[in-house]
Amino acid sequence: MKNKNVKVESLVTKKGNKRRQFLKMSGLAIAGSGLILSCSDDDDFTEPIPDPDPETFDLGGGDLGVLNYAYALEQLEADFYTKVVNGSYWSGAIEEEKQILQDLYNHEVNHREFFKAALNANFDANVVLPESLEFDFSSVDFSNRDSVLETAKLLEDTGVKAYNGAGKLIETAAYLVIAGKIVSVEARHAAAIRSIIGNDMNTMEGFKLFAGDDIVNSTTGLDGAENPSVIINAAGGFIVTPFTANQLP
Amino acid sequence: MNLIKFLDEFTSDNLAKKGASRRDAFSTFTSLGKKAAIAAVPFGMAVASNKAKAATMFQSNNAVGALQLALTLEYLEADFYAKALDSGVLSNNAKAEAIYQQISMHESAHVNLLKSTLESLGETPVAEPMFDFTVGGNFDPFNDNNSGNEVAYTQLLILAQAFEDTGVRAYKGQAGALMGNSDLLTAALQIHSVEARHASEIRRLRGLEGWITLDNTGIPDLGVPDANEGVEAVYDGEENLSQGGVDVSTLGDGSPFTPEASSQAYDEILTGDEATTIASLFIVS
Repeated sequence: MKNKNVKVESLVTKKGNKRRQFLKMSGLAIAGSGLILSCSDDDDFTEPIPDPDPETFDLGGGDLGVLNYAYALEQLEADFYTKVVNGSYWSGAIEEEKQILQDLYNHEVNHREFFKAALNANFDANVVLPESLEFDFSSVDFSNRDSVLETAKLLEDTGVKAYNGAGKLIETAAYLVIAGKIVSVEARHAAAIRSIIGNDMNTMEGFKLFAGDDIVNSTTGLDGAENPSVIINAAGGFIVTPFTANQLP
Repeated sequence: MNLIKFLDEFTSDNLAKKGASRRDAFSTFTSLGKKAAIAAVPFGMAVASNKAKAATMFQSNNAVGALQLALTLEYLEADFYAKALDSGVLSNNAKAEAIYQQISMHESAHVNLLKSTLESLGETPVAEPMFDFTVGGNFDPFNDNNSGNEVAYTQLLILAQAFEDTGVRAYKGQAGALMGNSDLLTAALQIHSVEARHASEIRRLRGLEGWITLDNTGIPDLGVPDANEGVEAVYDGEENLSQGGVDVSTLGDGSPFTPEASSQAYDEILTGDEATTIASLFIVS
C-alpha cells in the first residue's frame, strides 16, 4: 500500500512530455513519462520530481487517473452498502426497501470489481489504487432508516456528479462508454432512493424528489457535474486511507 | 431541415431502407441482430490508435449529428409529456401527475438547450416532427378515443418507460461522437443522467425495479406486432454481461455476480440507427 508512486515518479523524464502522450504508447508500457507530471517549475527537469509525500498514493493522470478515481468511488459505495446489508435497519426493512438496497449493494460491488480488473489488466500494479481503502462511516447509524437513506442519497448523487464531471477527462472512447454505462445506473439508484424519501413526504415536491430541483437544474434540465477535486473533498469525511489527485482537475 | 430527410441521412444503412415502409424498416432493424460490437472491446485497449476505431464503432457520426438526434428524441419526449398532462388522464393521481410535471419540465428544457446549442454552433436545429403516440390508432394513451382512463393510464406509463429507457441508451451511444468537445460532452452526460433518473422513477411507478434486468422489457404483449417489436428493440442487448471484454459475472461470487445483477449494474448503448428506428414508430412527418 505504501510508496506506490515512487517508482513511477522516478521515471519521469522531461518536462515536455504531455500527459496526453501516454496514450500514444503501448497500452501496457505505462511506467514511462506521461503519467506523473505535476507541472513542476523546476528548471532541472532531468531530475526526478521530489515526491512531496511518498506515503500517499496519487491517482495519476489521464485514463489511469480517472479509472483509479472511479475505483475509489466504487470502493466507497460498495463498503457503505456492505455495511447497510449487514445492519439492523436493512434486516428489518420492508421488502421494497430491502430489495433496492440489496440491488445497490450488488451493483456497487460489481462496479468495484470491474474497475479492479480493468485497472490491473491495463496498468502496472504499482500505479493501481490499493484494493482495500479504509472508510469511516461512524457518522452513519446503520440501524436507522433515515440515516441510511440520506447517506445513500448523498453517495448516489455524488457518484452521478463525479462521473458526469470525469467524462471529459477520459481519453479512450471505450472507457467513456463504460463510464456512461455505469453513471446511468448510479442515476437510477439516486432516483430510487430519492423516490422512497420523497414518497414519505407525500407532497407534490416529495413526488418530484427523484429528480428534484435541488439536484437537477430546473431551467436547463441538467444534472450535476463536478471535477474530482470537488468530489474528493466532499467525500473526504468518509475516506480514511489518504490519497491525492494531483493530476486531476 | 426536414426531419424525416435528416433521419434518413442520419441512418447509415439508409440505402437498404430507402422506400421501405416503417414496418419494413423495423424488420430490417431486427434482422441486424444483437449489437455485439461494443462488447468486444478488449481490455488491452488503452492505445490512442483505438480511439478513432472505437469512435466509429460507437456509431458516432459527428457531434452535430449526435445533437440533432438528441433533439429529435427530446422533441418526442417533450411533446409526449405535454400531451399527457393536457389529457386529464393523470388528474386524479397526484403522484403520477407530479412525476410527469417534473419530467415534462426537464424535457422541454432539454429541447431549448439543444436548440440553442446547435444555433450557437452555427447549425440549424432539425424542425419538430409531427408525432403520433397512438401508433396508427392502435393505442389511446391520452384517452382521445374514450378507451377509458385505466387503459390510457397504463399505456401512458408504458410509453414513458420506453421513451426514457431509449433516451438513456441513445445518449450513451452518442458519447463517443462528442469526445472532441468537453462542454458538449459534459452537457450530454448531464442530460443522460437526468433521463436515467426519469427512467428509474417511471419504472418504479409501474411496479418494476428502477434498473433493467437482462433484456426483460417489463411490458406486456401490446397486441400490435410493430409495437411489440419496438418494445423489444428498446431492451435488446441489455442482457450483455461483457464490459471491456470481460464477463463481469465472473469477477466474483455471490449475489453481485449473478447474470441478473451483472446486467442491471450496466446500462447498454443504442446506436444512432437503433434509436432512430424506435423513434420513427411515432413520427408521422
